[in-house]
Amino acid sequence: MTTSRRSFLKVGLFGAITLAAAGGIYRALKSPTPLNRFALDNEARVALAAIVGAMLQGALPATPAATDTAIAHTMEAIAGLPLATQKEVQDLFGLLTLGPTRRFLAGMPDDWSVAKREDVTAFLQSWRVHRIMMLQAAYHALHDLIIGGWYADEATWASIGYPGPIKELS
Amino acid sequence: MPTRRRGHPSVTPARSKNCRKRISTLGTTCIAQHISNPVGTAHPGFMKEHRMTNASNNPIVDPIQAGLAAGWKVIDAANLTSNLTLEADVVIVGTGAGGGVTAEILTLAGLKVVLIEEGALKSSKDFKMREAQAYPNLYQESGARKTKDKAINILQGRTVGGSTTVNWTSSFRTPPGTLNHWQTHYGLKDLTVDAMAPWFAMMEQRLNVIDWQTAPNENNDILKRGADKLGIPNKLIRRNVKGCWNLGYCGMGCPTNAKQSMLITTIPSALAAGATLVTHARAEKLQINNDTVDELLCHAMDASGLTLSGKSIRIKAKHYVVSGGAMNSPALLMRSKAPDPHNLLGKRTFLHPTVISAALFEQEVNGYAGAPQTIYSDHFMDTQAIDGPVGYKLEAPPLHPLLFSTTMAGFGEQHATMMKQFNHTQAILALLRDGFNENSVGGTVELRDDGFPVLDYNMSDVMWDGVKRALLTMGEIQFAAGAKTVYPIHELATGYTTWASAKQAIETLPYQASLTRVVSAHVMGGCTMSDDTKLGVVSSTGHYHGLTNVSVHDGSLFPTSIGANPQLSIYGMTARLASGLAEKLTGKPAPKLVAPV
Repeated sequence: MTTSRRSFLKVGLFGAITLAAAGGIYRALKSPTPLNRFALDNEARVALAAIVGAMLQGALPATPAATDTAIAHTMEAIAGLPLATQKEVQDLFGLLTLGPTRRFLAGMPDDWSVAKREDVTAFLQSWRVHRIMMLQAAYHALHDLIIGGWYADEATWASIGYPGPIKELS
Repeated sequence: MPTRRRGHPSVTPARSKNCRKRISTLGTTCIAQHISNPVGTAHPGFMKEHRMTNASNNPIVDPIQAGLAAGWKVIDAANLTSNLTLEADVVIVGTGAGGGVTAEILTLAGLKVVLIEEGALKSSKDFKMREAQAYPNLYQESGARKTKDKAINILQGRTVGGSTTVNWTSSFRTPPGTLNHWQTHYGLKDLTVDAMAPWFAMMEQRLNVIDWQTAPNENNDILKRGADKLGIPNKLIRRNVKGCWNLGYCGMGCPTNAKQSMLITTIPSALAAGATLVTHARAEKLQINNDTVDELLCHAMDASGLTLSGKSIRIKAKHYVVSGGAMNSPALLMRSKAPDPHNLLGKRTFLHPTVISAALFEQEVNGYAGAPQTIYSDHFMDTQAIDGPVGYKLEAPPLHPLLFSTTMAGFGEQHATMMKQFNHTQAILALLRDGFNENSVGGTVELRDDGFPVLDYNMSDVMWDGVKRALLTMGEIQFAAGAKTVYPIHELATGYTTWASAKQAIETLPYQASLTRVVSAHVMGGCTMSDDTKLGVVSSTGHYHGLTNVSVHDGSLFPTSIGANPQLSIYGMTARLASGLAEKLTGKPAPKLVAPV
């Protein structure tokens, strides 16, 4: 995370927002360092915990253990992506966890650790239909990685009535 | 291999259905019946062989493991400790529909063939019907490959067998209208319906393309019932399967080796005849010297398939066949700086942009169970000019938790509520025929800084018009079949409980990228075939214009989309091209492909 934070800061907040409007945020954040696997630092984990709570509301039990499971599955989903895509997800969490961009781009007034559920839901809904295509894409990435990761886990299958593949061959 | 092939293709509906129900309680007894007697043909050697070759409890004979044990030449480049140099008559980049067919024909013609595959060699022992494993292991970019604007998700295989290992087995000959369009607009005079028919027939026999005898699952039958009620003609889809169990997990790799993919047909045949397969090898560049390729440079991947291991593979051959599939084939040629005087390479890349309508039913649908695609309608292809308003083909997609949950729009309580109705949800898809209307020109493959291909594809207004008509058709069919609620997959849509409300909504929704869910499982074009060098980069014999020893054999050749699931089009086309190449290289008639008895 530190690498992407640093590269983000290099671009500067004003520049970043301008570029975001142009849909060029990811390219602007491209770091010259070799591609690495996605890593979840503490701040990003706190943000993701808040986001999975809203994304999976109604499916995710309200326990810290369930949140940890959902985060772990999201991480597994990210781990299969090409490193260039993992870098984009890393940059996304860089944006989400940096105070000014969290407030201006995500519209989240509070730190993620005290974020209200309705604010997180409003943030997701705003990105879902945002006029900036790149933020819509970011919503879809969160949607697919979190929701897909959750329902890929066979522990969730009973909750949707899916019996799973025949056991003898699986 | 020989024992497995004794199976007869058709499974009687009654047996299949009963056994599917009994299987969980009776377990291996029923499985043994299924295998040893799927259709009344005895497999005397089966259980014995199973005990000898398979240490687990899995009763399926794995032809790949058997072949490896028998000494096939397979090199996993992830294990290389030093750089590797190989020589061959022909090197084939890619092991999908085009590469697989080409490999078998050239090898049986007596040529020394090396096959290059970026993915891993996986086989039925690995196919556990779990999306969490299947997508990262078997698909390009973990099943999350996207267009440049990230608005269209693209499913493409990356494993030995390519997309044929993970496709849904739907088998259609290239529609006559498509071939006619190519003759008229791309000068492909040799590609008449009659001229292509023997190639399709040969591949249908080789890959056991059959009329599917088992009753459609409910997911498909709803499409049929709704269409019937509205007077929309529909038909049964032919499938390339032999002894299919009707499980429904084709997209995760066939666990029973019933699907006659390249993985278990042409590639084992080529390997048994002496071909070499290199897996975990990314073809980086054809080294071009004037108008001739000297060698192919590949990078070894590590076992994860995500990073390069640092080792390289260089292959010298007399001839180079590019069969990486659309996007990957033009990208390899672009990285190689192949001649492209008219700036055509990577252009006209098509997707069959696909939109989805989900619907809730009173009864259980269980869209995960049973052959995924068995009913289709070409009514909205056939009833209008091929280059007029964009036509669409109707089919049903299989529903599995990961793909289904990510496809359904929205999040939170509303999404969770839809998920709880998983077993009662049905879905229809419409794949749009892009590339025929003059305002549907497809996308362009570009190279990112790291050499990866990315497809810049914009949906034009004529495509969005097709999307709207397709969503209307699908919703109407679903209500006609008794749907309680219909969900056009669009971020601004919701569930509609009457046809009138759905119709009104679909007619007024904004059709824009990312708001409307568009997916693709059929990437085509980018190395357009035409004997006119101003129109295409590859000749009608498959040779790349301006290079003496390079051919392209895959779906990237198609000057438009196919207008049907493309696998059989690729098989037939590349069988024709590979046979011509074999004759050119050997001076002898090419071998005919025949399914083993």
